[in-house]
Amino acid sequence: MDQAAGGPLKRTPLHDLHRELGARLVPFAGYEMPVQYPAGILAEHAHTRSAAGLFDVSHMGQVRLTAKPGHDAAKALETLVPGDIAGLQPGQQRYTQFTNDGGGILDDLMVTSTGDHLLLVINAACKDADLAHLQGHLEARCDVEPMFARGLLALQGPQAATVLARLAPQVAAMKFMTGAFVIIEGARCYVTRSGYTGGDGYEISTPADTAERIARRLLAHPEVKPIGLGARDSLRLEAGLCLYGHDIDAGTTPIEAGLLWSIGKERRVQGGFPGADIIQQQIASGAPRKRVGLLPEGKAIAREGSEVVIAGKVVGKVTSGGFAPTLGRAIAMGYVERAHTANGTKLELMVRGKPVPAEIVPMPFVKHAYYRG
Amino acid sequence: MSTVKYSNEHEWIRVEGDIGTIGITQYAQEQLGDVVFVELPQAGRKVAKGEACAVVESVKAASDIYAPVSGEVTEANAALGDAPGDVNAEPTGRGWFFKLRLADKSELDGLMDEAAYAGFVKALA
Repeated sequence: MDQAAGGPLKRTPLHDLHRELGARLVPFAGYEMPVQYPAGILAEHAHTRSAAGLFDVSHMGQVRLTAKPGHDAAKALETLVPGDIAGLQPGQQRYTQFTNDGGGILDDLMVTSTGDHLLLVINAACKDADLAHLQGHLEARCDVEPMFARGLLALQGPQAATVLARLAPQVAAMKFMTGAFVIIEGARCYVTRSGYTGGDGYEISTPADTAERIARRLLAHPEVKPIGLGARDSLRLEAGLCLYGHDIDAGTTPIEAGLLWSIGKERRVQGGFPGADIIQQQIASGAPRKRVGLLPEGKAIAREGSEVVIAGKVVGKVTSGGFAPTLGRAIAMGYVERAHTANGTKLELMVRGKPVPAEIVPMPFVKHAYYRG
Repeated sequence: MSTVKYSNEHEWIRVEGDIGTIGITQYAQEQLGDVVFVELPQAGRKVAKGEACAVVESVKAASDIYAPVSGEVTEANAALGDAPGDVNAEPTGRGWFFKLRLADKSELDGLMDEAAYAGFVKALA
């Protein structure tokens, strides 16, 4: 993805470990990150779907919001996002977006309430802008504390719970989209049962100086292998999840992106977030275009930027496309004009100037396997 | 008696008589990562030296393959349709892309021999 212009690349606390594991390191959002390990993306993808994969996502931004006396951090954050944050019980997590006045998405994020604080996880490429946005709007009501040095490990896959429960038995009972403080290797971590693969798993926020030790401890289990950003992308695409800067950005609204489910029912009515008028209007009368799943025929891969065509007319554009290892075929997602978004609609994707027949299909492409208890 | 030459786009060509077999190098397949699809030129197509005439799709990206010399395609490696991973496993063997009848054998003089290519790759590291 996009590399921050200029300056030396930043490193996560696992940089030495990545080198030791033979990772191929590439620039990503201003960081030097592993795109793959020697096993390769297909093997890493398959391993995550069948056992457990360990991802270094320490480049993502972690921010803690704490209400100032007489204020409410959740109510404050709700002025910037359409999600139901005030309704989060302690230990509950929610997915939402920072919106702009046009209803576009400045970033998407996870928010967890610890009871005393709100913990936010934001995208690496957006984290400095997000921090300024939070500070600029919320500082009268909240302490906005960047925790950008902390480690963030994702342990994902059907064996993730078995493995992590060996180190911290209480994680076994956690349900999807909940969080808890957990002691791992003597360090106070914050664990959520969530991820970006569509499968079961956890994200583990660690103190900076224990991230590597915890990662090594996890990798010592035979079920666990290190997984790079390449497989992270193919896994999330199969799961139909948006990648910021590609499938969603400042010019796409949550309604166009099919993220209405992430907007609180009361908030749809009451508004009170940037761009609420446009988003409410789109909820009421439909968005001009929608994000859809696209299944091309044959083996050609329609990647980001490919035009979507019906009867010679361009009706949309692919925003993510690639090979889905679980399905052994190409998949894509993109935006299509509202009139053509019904499942089963036949259309064409332009790949290197040639039309490839395709069909609109529901997402996810690979069934989610979240642990709901 | 065959000659193998290399392009600076990391293709190899093995020439026997006036037929050249073309594929990508070990270095290229390592850089691409897992290959999932290869689009090959049809037999009979005339290609000019440097012309993009095949596409190799890895999980990460699509990359053009250029004709290292001019000629007419005589055969494409149909087996790659079902086994694109051959490009990773045996880039200079089973993973060949296509064959062509050379239009001008003197074009081979502009390509690198094995030692020169090894030095070229080393300089990229």
